[in-house]
Amino acid sequence: MQRIEDYSMYPDARGRFGDYGGSFVAETLIAPLAELDAAYRRLRTDTAFIAEFERDLKYYVGRPSPIYHAERLSREVGGAQILLKREDLNHTGAHKINNTIGQALVARHMGKRRIIAETGAGQHGVATATVCARFGLGCVVYMGATDIERQKINVYRMKLLGAEVVPVTSGSKTLKDALNEAMRDWVTNVADTFYIIGTVAGPHPYPQMVRDFNAVVGREARAQMLEQYGRLPDVITACVGGGSNAIGLFHAFLNDRDVRIVGAEAAGEGIATGHHAASLAAGRPGVLHGNRTYVLCDDDGQITETHSVSAGLDYPGVGPEHAFLKDSGRADYVGVTDDEALAAFHRLARSEGILAALESSHAVAQAIKLARELPHDRLVLCNLSGRGDKDVHTIAAREGISL
Amino acid sequence: MSRIDARFVELAARERTGLIPFFTAGDPSPEAVVPVMHALVEAGADLIELGVPFSDPMADGPVIQHASERALAKGVGLARIFDWVREFRLRDTATPVVLMGYMNPVEIHGAARFAADAVAAGVDGVLLVDCPVEEIAAAAPLRDAGLAQIFLAAPTTTGERLARVCAAARGFLYYVSFAGITGADRLSTGDVRERVAAIRRQASTPVAVGFGVRDAASAAAIGEFADAVVIGSALVERLAGAAHADEAAERARAFLSPIRAALDRRT
Repeated sequence: MQRIEDYSMYPDARGRFGDYGGSFVAETLIAPLAELDAAYRRLRTDTAFIAEFERDLKYYVGRPSPIYHAERLSREVGGAQILLKREDLNHTGAHKINNTIGQALVARHMGKRRIIAETGAGQHGVATATVCARFGLGCVVYMGATDIERQKINVYRMKLLGAEVVPVTSGSKTLKDALNEAMRDWVTNVADTFYIIGTVAGPHPYPQMVRDFNAVVGREARAQMLEQYGRLPDVITACVGGGSNAIGLFHAFLNDRDVRIVGAEAAGEGIATGHHAASLAAGRPGVLHGNRTYVLCDDDGQITETHSVSAGLDYPGVGPEHAFLKDSGRADYVGVTDDEALAAFHRLARSEGILAALESSHAVAQAIKLARELPHDRLVLCNLSGRGDKDVHTIAAREGISL
Repeated sequence: MSRIDARFVELAARERTGLIPFFTAGDPSPEAVVPVMHALVEAGADLIELGVPFSDPMADGPVIQHASERALAKGVGLARIFDWVREFRLRDTATPVVLMGYMNPVEIHGAARFAADAVAAGVDGVLLVDCPVEEIAAAAPLRDAGLAQIFLAAPTTTGERLARVCAAARGFLYYVSFAGITGADRLSTGDVRERVAAIRRQASTPVAVGFGVRDAASAAAIGEFADAVVIGSALVERLAGAAHADEAAERARAFLSPIRAALDRRT
């Protein structure tokens, strides 16, 4: 295993995180990606741009989000102290807005007036529609027909915000197909269109750009830990679908070797059943959606359908930086089942009065497992990436309750 | 000399525009693949592009997406595709065959193993849609095994990058006539003529033009200045739903013959 000296050096100029990442796209997309890379390279160190971004994070999103000590939950679990980074308190209810604000600002600087996005559960779609309304940009969101059926409220929310929601009926009619369709739109309309990808996947520079915009989570958390507890946490954990909230939390801690890092993937009905979305725990290196990363596919390279109770984790790939962190041994990725996530959802609701998103409930479940194994004076920091209001219907339906 | 190079030398000598039909392996049916390949050659194809179906064909329009889905539903994979090429080679050792598809099946198969299997089956070239010249290292085993890696050039491929693409191209360079997905209707012959002329000045390989070529008229218009014309979605559309292999072969022949005739009238 290769020892990495400084994780902040990645990706390299070609968008590589070790063997992962890159730009595996059709020729037509190379020029717009190069244009985006050049613009972003300039903006990411531009003090006026950074100030603009931080102003919106503060006054529009409501940052910083607090770190909350879940005392009753910790006591019940009977191990280490569980701390929650409350990204659920952001405007629109999740970390997703950090990225959409950042990318919308980049779009504006590039003079692009039309925004497209893909969405699975609808959270990224809502966050994109929100910033498009805020900046007066046209917004088209691609969403799998199956997901549209499952997430009617978010579809309506996007429409209220002025976005057009386009159903995608190809393939499995879910997130990966929405991403394919958004790419096709982008290829066709590159001149005036900016594609806001919702996770740390896609071709370079997306994995880097989306990470940078979400890295505020970890930067804040690291400073808050030092301020509130006088030290860094012993373990940090977050859920991983595409991996944007996780990399957002992890990134600031990558060079802190004493901080253990654990990603919680969706093990669905259990990895052994094949019905899951655990790309890192059960997949293999391949190429999907413009980058080399771990993917879930069959022996012929066909991407397989995934399953998770949480639509936001239901993705057969994962951000290439996570693949890199797995292979370098810096982070561990483990599976959390649907049932474990649901149990954690209820437990957090009853013990702390917080309804977590089903995605984030995977992280809470993992935090509980980690805390249980550690003494009382240890600190486990868990990214509570989103709130659970959107999932109330799913949970009720699953438990046989009609609302 | 490779089969692809020999074919283009022969075309140039005969002052004939190359005709390159594309269809998705396994659609309309697995049984139809080899009969359709032979029918296309009989109707005037100079090279055959065989699509390797992929679950997530990001650069393809709805026609080829659906053909891929139908083929995958019938269990089509690389092993069977190699078998079909091998069977085609029993009767045809002259017509080059290029596999066109996406990276993931090659990566999962293992690029070196893929290359060896492809060469053994009689495949001549590979076009990986999502492997631009920046990622050429990933496909090195293909070239090492003697396969021609076909690259795409787009309207947005200019300057230094165009030079890189031209330098890397083997077999022929595939010019994508417009920024879009396969099968869309956005062809503007005038723009393409200018761009192809510029590319031909730089490229050491012949230049084929595809995307948006639908029929005899559009093929003849492109054929006036390109070394070869690629026609895909319109053929896939015509083949779809053929009840049996004979009917698919007959449709392929009926589709391609008038295009061949239109290209030949020009010369």
